Amino acid sequence: MRRIRTIPVLLIHKNGLYKSVQFKNYQYIGDPINAVKIFNDKGVDELVIIDIDASRNNKAPDIKKIADIASEAFMPISYGGGITTIDQAHDLFYNGIEKLIVNSSALRNPTIISDIADKFGSQAIVASIDVKKNIWGKYKVYADNGSKSTGLDPVEFAQQCEKIGAGEILLNSIDRDGTYKGYDIDILSSVTSSVSIPVIACGGAGSIDDFTKAVKQGNASAVAAGSFFVFQRPHNAVLISYPQNFKI
Amino acid sequence: MIAILEYGIGNVSSIKNMLKKIGANAVITNNIDDIKAASKLILPGVGRFDYCMSQLRSSAFFNVLERMVLELKTPILGVCAGSQMLFEKSEEGSGTGLGWIKGEVVKFKTDKLPTNYKIPHMGWTDIDPAQNNFLYAGIESPRFYFTHSYHILCEDITQVTATAEYGYNITASVQKDNIIGVQFHPEKSHQFGMKLYKNFVNL
Repeated sequence: MRRIRTIPVLLIHKNGLYKSVQFKNYQYIGDPINAVKIFNDKGVDELVIIDIDASRNNKAPDIKKIADIASEAFMPISYGGGITTIDQAHDLFYNGIEKLIVNSSALRNPTIISDIADKFGSQAIVASIDVKKNIWGKYKVYADNGSKSTGLDPVEFAQQCEKIGAGEILLNSIDRDGTYKGYDIDILSSVTSSVSIPVIACGGAGSIDDFTKAVKQGNASAVAAGSFFVFQRPHNAVLISYPQNFKI
Repeated sequence: MIAILEYGIGNVSSIKNMLKKIGANAVITNNIDDIKAASKLILPGVGRFDYCMSQLRSSAFFNVLERMVLELKTPILGVCAGSQMLFEKSEEGSGTGLGWIKGEVVKFKTDKLPTNYKIPHMGWTDIDPAQNNFLYAGIESPRFYFTHSYHILCEDITQVTATAEYGYNITASVQKDNIIGVQFHPEKSHQFGMKLYKNFVNL
């Protein structure tokens, strides 16, 4: 039996915590610091926190706020949003972040991955890849929070990220985001079989069974979700929950 | 007072946050007087072996640190890369380590790992502590958060205080007298890490 990390993904937008459906229709969840405290009390394996406004607005990470969030979190936190310099990377690590996530900034300037890996090690840098099927059914990498197709092939881009030093891939399916339809196993398997670093599946989880499928069929090393951890269905009332001790 | 050594590297605030949570008096410092006054030391580390070592060696407190650890036998806890630096060398770099404990740091042998055991080893792993090691006293079913691509090979296996299984057996922690190292991140391991730090603080 192996413990599989189950990772809540929290999106920061307009200073609050929000959850999207297919990277749109943002619903307010609550205060980020409170939510992180609740997840901490539930003994969560790891957290992903992404400031979805930062890159779009060319804004640097809000170090003070992130430090506040991290101060009561006794589990690993990965942070993404607006990271463009080594100094920011240093400040984030100093203030209690374990891993940095780059997405748009890596698409604009891939050397940010190698710069961080050279200094802080590959285990500290996560390449986040947002994928969506285009109208011809081909998977493409999207930039700027799912708003723009880059034309890049996700498998080739994931391999490139690994080659320049990424220690992990966070693979998000835009089509499945917030839908509870399960992970997109096709693209997940394509990526996991073509890189040798861990891949975190994200987008579409609706049940524990989906986690199991992502690991068994998609060979994911870890599973992440948003809605699954913050909503109670059928009406998507806000309720933070977390399953304990997920093993396969 | 516990000194968390500041040398431009590492997750110092995470460690401070946890020590604060358990009510221990700790400072993040590179000040020689603070370090001299400390009853215990913590050596954090995140990043490449050579970079961490060169940062540590060029810090003003380096000579004081060596004297405190080797002559005054002040307890020191190396965390993650900080535990690897206690050894003589690492496959991650070409420079030497502190050499306070005999042995080396090697890359995971990917050809010996089952499929789907990817590197870095990242996540929560149960550990198997040596009997009666003070660090794990009172921790039930201990498990900790690991994130590493290299692991320790300790020359004297009696200095290994816990092992973990990731595809094969690896060293999770070591102790030689006052010098202690943990490969995992106790400051990011909830109640398990809290208890471990308590045990270290109360040593």
